Amino acid sequence: MIRFVSLRLLRALVTILAVMTFAFVVLRMSGDPAEVLLGPDVPQNVIDAFRKQWGLDAPLWQQYLSYLGAIFSGDFGLSMRDRSPAIDLVMERIPATLQLTIPALLLKLGIGIPAGIYAALHRDSALDRGVIFLAILGFTIPSFVMGLVLVLIFAVTLGVLPSGGIGTWQHAILPAITISIGGIGILARFSRSAMIEVLGQPYIRTASAKGVKWRDVVRGHALPNAAVPIVTIVGFMVGSLIAGAVVVETIFSWPGIGRLLIVSVSNRDLAVVQCILLLIAAVMVVSNLVVDLLYGWLDPRLRAQPAH
Amino acid sequence: MSPLLEANDLVRVYAGRKGLFGKAVPVRAVDGVSLRVNRGETLGIVGESGSGKSTLGRLLLGVDPAQGGTVQFDGQQLPEAGTQAWRALRARMQMVYQDPLAALDRRLTIATQIREPLDIHRVGTPEQREARVAELMRAVGLRPDQAGRYPHELSGGQRQRVVIARALATDPDLLVCDEPVSALDVSIQAQVVNLLRELQGDGRLSMVFISHDLKVVRNLCDRVAVMYLGRIVEEGPSEELFANPQHPYTQALISSVPEPGRALDSRVILQGEPPNPARRPSGCAFHPRCARATDICRGQVPDLIPVAPGQTAACHHVTGARATRAA
Amino acid sequence: MANLVEIRDLRVAFDGVPVLHGIDLDVRPGEALGLVGESGCGKSVTWLAALGLLPSKAKVSGTVTLGETDLSGAPQAKLEKVRGGRIAMIFQDPSSALNPVLKVGRQLCEALRLHRGLTGNDARREALRLMDMVGIPDARGRFSLYPHEFSGGQCQRLMIAMALAGEPDLLIADEPTTALDATIQAQILDLLARLRAEMNMAIVFISHDLGAVAQVCERVCVMYAGRIVEQGAVGLLFERPRHPYTRGLFDAIPRLHGPRTPLVPIPGTVPDPRNLPKGCAFQPRCAHARGFCQSERPDLLAQKDGRKLACAFPLPEGSEEVEREVRREGMLQ
Repeated sequence: MIRFVSLRLLRALVTILAVMTFAFVVLRMSGDPAEVLLGPDVPQNVIDAFRKQWGLDAPLWQQYLSYLGAIFSGDFGLSMRDRSPAIDLVMERIPATLQLTIPALLLKLGIGIPAGIYAALHRDSALDRGVIFLAILGFTIPSFVMGLVLVLIFAVTLGVLPSGGIGTWQHAILPAITISIGGIGILARFSRSAMIEVLGQPYIRTASAKGVKWRDVVRGHALPNAAVPIVTIVGFMVGSLIAGAVVVETIFSWPGIGRLLIVSVSNRDLAVVQCILLLIAAVMVVSNLVVDLLYGWLDPRLRAQPAH
Repeated sequence: MSPLLEANDLVRVYAGRKGLFGKAVPVRAVDGVSLRVNRGETLGIVGESGSGKSTLGRLLLGVDPAQGGTVQFDGQQLPEAGTQAWRALRARMQMVYQDPLAALDRRLTIATQIREPLDIHRVGTPEQREARVAELMRAVGLRPDQAGRYPHELSGGQRQRVVIARALATDPDLLVCDEPVSALDVSIQAQVVNLLRELQGDGRLSMVFISHDLKVVRNLCDRVAVMYLGRIVEEGPSEELFANPQHPYTQALISSVPEPGRALDSRVILQGEPPNPARRPSGCAFHPRCARATDICRGQVPDLIPVAPGQTAACHHVTGARATRAA
Repeated sequence: MANLVEIRDLRVAFDGVPVLHGIDLDVRPGEALGLVGESGCGKSVTWLAALGLLPSKAKVSGTVTLGETDLSGAPQAKLEKVRGGRIAMIFQDPSSALNPVLKVGRQLCEALRLHRGLTGNDARREALRLMDMVGIPDARGRFSLYPHEFSGGQCQRLMIAMALAGEPDLLIADEPTTALDATIQAQILDLLARLRAEMNMAIVFISHDLGAVAQVCERVCVMYAGRIVEQGAVGLLFERPRHPYTRGLFDAIPRLHGPRTPLVPIPGTVPDPRNLPKGCAFQPRCAHARGFCQSERPDLLAQKDGRKLACAFPLPEGSEEVEREVRREGMLQ
């Protein structure tokens, strides 16, 4: 067990390091922050001074090493725009993003899983086909289209909800629904196929043959087995709590991580972008780790067996 | 004449893993097996799950690398798997598995699949290959009009005929069959067994026939080797071995086959679980289930010794039993 | 003595394709009845249909009565009482027939709670007794283990223990030894025979293995393409089969004793239920078929010697050894 967890932690660290390296290199290859921040008509000596000040004149590998050193000592660098610590900028945006993504996650779980299970239990019925249709619709329509359609209906035509910005809880409704719809569709389809797979297993027939009521067969015998694959998808969704709102925050002018990321990328604000990507990677990796541990809890076959 | 296939002291160890968090445990699937297959002879290999019989089959063809021991085919050391020489040799040694549907490509017609080994090994002209495919299909009892069919359009028995035809395409000297009839219904099984019998007819083809079905093995094989936990515990001519089994395990195995007209209580019923290769008992691996086990069985691994003409058994108590009878 | 179960004109169709064409079958209290046939002949479907265990797309008609109770078209609640109660069932692949994520003790106790009302320590005590009875060593220590921690043979023992939990009058054993190794098959057959005697319960033994059926059963039904084609006492049927299909099944199996001759296979394959031949379903594969067989389907009729037979031109009643030799020699030429 300890061996397993430490092995997984090691792998997680390697993943994070890979993401950091990738982000570092790509950001520096894809544009010069000095030109973006200072504008096109600045004398060369000002640009050189800016580069020297931010250490951009050093060779790439030296910049990389000092970046890594700083990270491991807890220094995430300063924003190039207002010189405030990048980590503070990122942290103050987290609550706003979670205000959208957590309700969205609850919607995904609360609607997607029951819909999928219901469809599986009534396979090939009209309701099943309806669920499949809506699910496909849900995850094939891009979120910017879905967001605009919702704004058009509820903000523009009906005028019952605000079309953007942050403030009251009503402001969160449309963006949260927009984020959740694709996930509901994915989760519904996934739960349905997981449940159909399980319902076809011999042990379900065994449970029926020993006289267990159908309702209890579903609850006590089928669901615990179907949970294993469903948890994988849910884990992925939890992992995207931070990163999952980039597009939607932009549509709804929601001041969360996603908008910060977009703005920082276009400004080449290196420290902030790196900090956000690191955070996203860390959340992903941790949720993956939790999923792996959950597997063992849900499925005894994957647990350690005592050496005989 | 030298045997077609000779294996000496073959060993295959797997790294078995228990659970997600478990440590790797070395599992000796095949543990020092020596055997020979003469030209035109069919050797049966019987055993229960975990006996290593399927692994042994793959070792004999070099599909699975052995960690110890040697295989000689037609007097030559078997070349290493994946090499050019090994691939060339595979034309002369073919394998037939239990599940014909998994062994066939569902997107190709059966004629294309029977032809495949001829294309791979560049045998003859395209016209000759066509003719050979037609001849093979006739030989295994497929109708010419079935040439354009796909595997899923055929029955299980017909599919196994396709697999056998494909294996025979390059006119191999050796056919290794791993449970070739186990997935088939009784009536179809007989058709395939008879087909294999016909192939034995002209005495050119040697076979290794791996199966848990003793009745089929007895019907088809000239000699039989009985495996238990990676070792051969008894070997001998088919008739003699089934009529007069010497090893207690062979006796129990034969006795466990239900036959119409034989009462349940007349059988030797082995107690205990089928053995686990990851937990090999000391000494004779069979001793925990053996009614005749004594101290020596727990401490010492018995060697295969001659017990009758052409028949060997690995049991500490076998010679004793025969000596008493002789006296 | 009154029959324990009576099945009358049981028919099953999947998606409009009939797979069971009217089965009449009686099970007497305490008897061991074998159901023999190749895959797709309907031997398992008969009992899954009788217990209402088929998926809802299956159309079932006919009557099934258990003593005074009519099971056909009975409400689910009534069937749930019967299933695992008066009629229990075990299946082919024991390792996948137990729920992999539940402890075996819990699965046993569930059956005890449903049919005997036992909970808590009472259930646990009884579950341990059943585990002992079916020969699970160290039941106490293994009560809280999961199915994957047991071998295939032990899983089948656990399935049997679970089936016994409701103290059934009838145990349906659907290919219970097919997936097991030879020496373990022998153990399970032995266990079933012993339990049947001890508990005075009837067994329906569904199998394609004629040898196993012969050892366990007193009476046998041979099924082909959704119908019973021959039925009778085990000795009668196995020593003097009269339906060409029954006979064909025997001739197709190699022997463990005697000369090693070529087998006598049944030519062709089992017919597709969507495309059954006219007349007798076996006729295209039958060496004895005549023109009549292609147009008329024979009914299952009682014979003088007590068997039932559905064949217009059955094999003669004696001298079958001679004929077998003749056929074998014919094969050799």
